[in-house]
Amino acid sequence: MELIFKKIAQLSASLVFVILAATTIVLYLSAKPAIEEFGLKFLIEPRWGVQEKVEPPAIAEQSDLKQLEKSADIQTDDDFIKDEEDFMMDDEDDFIFDDDMESDSNRNKTIYGALVPIVGTVFSTLIAMLFSIPLAIGIAVFLSEIAPSALAKPVGVAIELLASIPSIIYGMWGLFYFGPFIASLFGGNTVSLLVAGLVLGIMVIPFMAALSRDAIATVPDMLKESAYAMGATKLEVIKDVVFPYAKTGIIGSIILSFGRALGETMAVAFVIGGVYQFAEKVTDPTNSIPVVLANSFAESSGLSLSVLFYLALILFVLSFGVIAIAKFYFLRRK
Amino acid sequence: MRLILNRIFLIFSTFAALVGLFFLGWILFTLCVKGLSGLSLDVFTKDLINGGLRNVIVGQMMMSGVATMIGIPVGILAGIYLQEYGGNSKTTEFIRDLSDVMMSAPSIVVGTFVYAIVVVPTGHTTGWAGVLALFILMVPIIVRTTDDMLKLVPIELREAGIAIGASKYHVTMNIVVRYAKAGILTGILLAFARVVGETAPLIYTSGSSEFWSTDLTDTFPSLTVSIYNLATMPDDNLVQLGWTGAFLLTAMVLIINLLGRYSGKKKRS
Repeated sequence: MELIFKKIAQLSASLVFVILAATTIVLYLSAKPAIEEFGLKFLIEPRWGVQEKVEPPAIAEQSDLKQLEKSADIQTDDDFIKDEEDFMMDDEDDFIFDDDMESDSNRNKTIYGALVPIVGTVFSTLIAMLFSIPLAIGIAVFLSEIAPSALAKPVGVAIELLASIPSIIYGMWGLFYFGPFIASLFGGNTVSLLVAGLVLGIMVIPFMAALSRDAIATVPDMLKESAYAMGATKLEVIKDVVFPYAKTGIIGSIILSFGRALGETMAVAFVIGGVYQFAEKVTDPTNSIPVVLANSFAESSGLSLSVLFYLALILFVLSFGVIAIAKFYFLRRK
Repeated sequence: MRLILNRIFLIFSTFAALVGLFFLGWILFTLCVKGLSGLSLDVFTKDLINGGLRNVIVGQMMMSGVATMIGIPVGILAGIYLQEYGGNSKTTEFIRDLSDVMMSAPSIVVGTFVYAIVVVPTGHTTGWAGVLALFILMVPIIVRTTDDMLKLVPIELREAGIAIGASKYHVTMNIVVRYAKAGILTGILLAFARVVGETAPLIYTSGSSEFWSTDLTDTFPSLTVSIYNLATMPDDNLVQLGWTGAFLLTAMVLIINLLGRYSGKKKRS
């Protein structure tokens, strides 16, 4: 009994490791055809299929876009590539939607590149960070240093509850209310890089604020009181005592929010536009890695599916790195 | 000068808090207005195909529920192992860190993983694939809370148990886990609240269906995926239904969260 229990518990614990390892391996194996096909050039290749002909105006037609994408394909006839793709199709021919369009596209060489979604992901996340950091830290400072505790407590709980609202809600609100609002303010589209970034920012505010507040709460009262006793103002106490003390915790919360924004799908899927083109202005629509994954999976097979796994692998490695940095350097558990 | 700067800073900080809260309030406000206006009995009694949400709500709850049922023993056992058996060895720390990282891994990547190992071999989307994706998302959260809660159990309790001749298994299950029960329950509820609102990992693992179904081996109705589909429809009535779904989903998540907080607090005080 004793031993069995220990073994089962041990098994459960190692399951965590197994899942993570399996994710990496499975993603790599599934992405292998694409990796062999495009190599690291995938990261800097801006084309995705042939996109020049397909520029859908709104995201409502996303499924149409997928159809167009497949029918619009490239000219270069490369027998070698064809063979290779055929081989792959043989390998994995039991996909869900193995429609005729897909086999048509296999006669040509299709170029896929991840640069557009990568750039879209990075920039929308950066916009989100620029927007949310001052607001979130403001909330954290307000809650822990300024607000009377009768106010700080309920507001604090409300912030934590808001952090748990499903991200799809933020996306939907962004599509119907915030997008049009921003468009009327700055012009341009109701779905754009800017809207996506801001919605992401609003989404991470409660998360970041709650974590930063916890970090600030670890500052010993005695330190603050000593500073006040010396005649310091609130600003000076916060700037010279609270921030230096809680620095690592606050930075950790920012990086963790960064990682969360990086991999966020639903909040962005509604409002980024889902177009494979660079946003020349911030008010232009573009694309991001999670959104490509969410929108294209069901309709892909063969090489185009493998390409998606390649994208997923990139996202996985990126966010894994970011989160690992946050956890291990800034938020180490004692 | 110092005082003026101080005043400016305080005003700015309060202002930032107000702006942030304003946006969040705006979201909740639209959600309530749009969601409540579409709320009727039909929503709960009809399936999606007939303009209601019954099947997708039940589907979402079922998938999250089954994932929780499997996730609870695995997560708790893993937490017990880390705290009670693992000691402070390198491996334990390593698994702890990995689990932490997994907790914030992008949920869409979990979806792609499940797609590769379940949907590709079976050839179609299934409820079980959705369950697996949610399970993977959920386990690290339960591991973390169990681990943290067990850490709070005083060592004297364990020693007392061992001293009267109880086996480690008995001490763990009957003393340590019992002591930490409320905290673990909170963790489970929070984990449930987290996965019940997940969309990204379900889109191509469970898919979504417009019909009533309790068969997890087939494409399964999901509330969140349906909201995503409905919201991008050109038909205003369907969009309205999407809002109603969004409202119900948020209400559900918030209520579970509050329950989790309440159950945690009651025991501790």
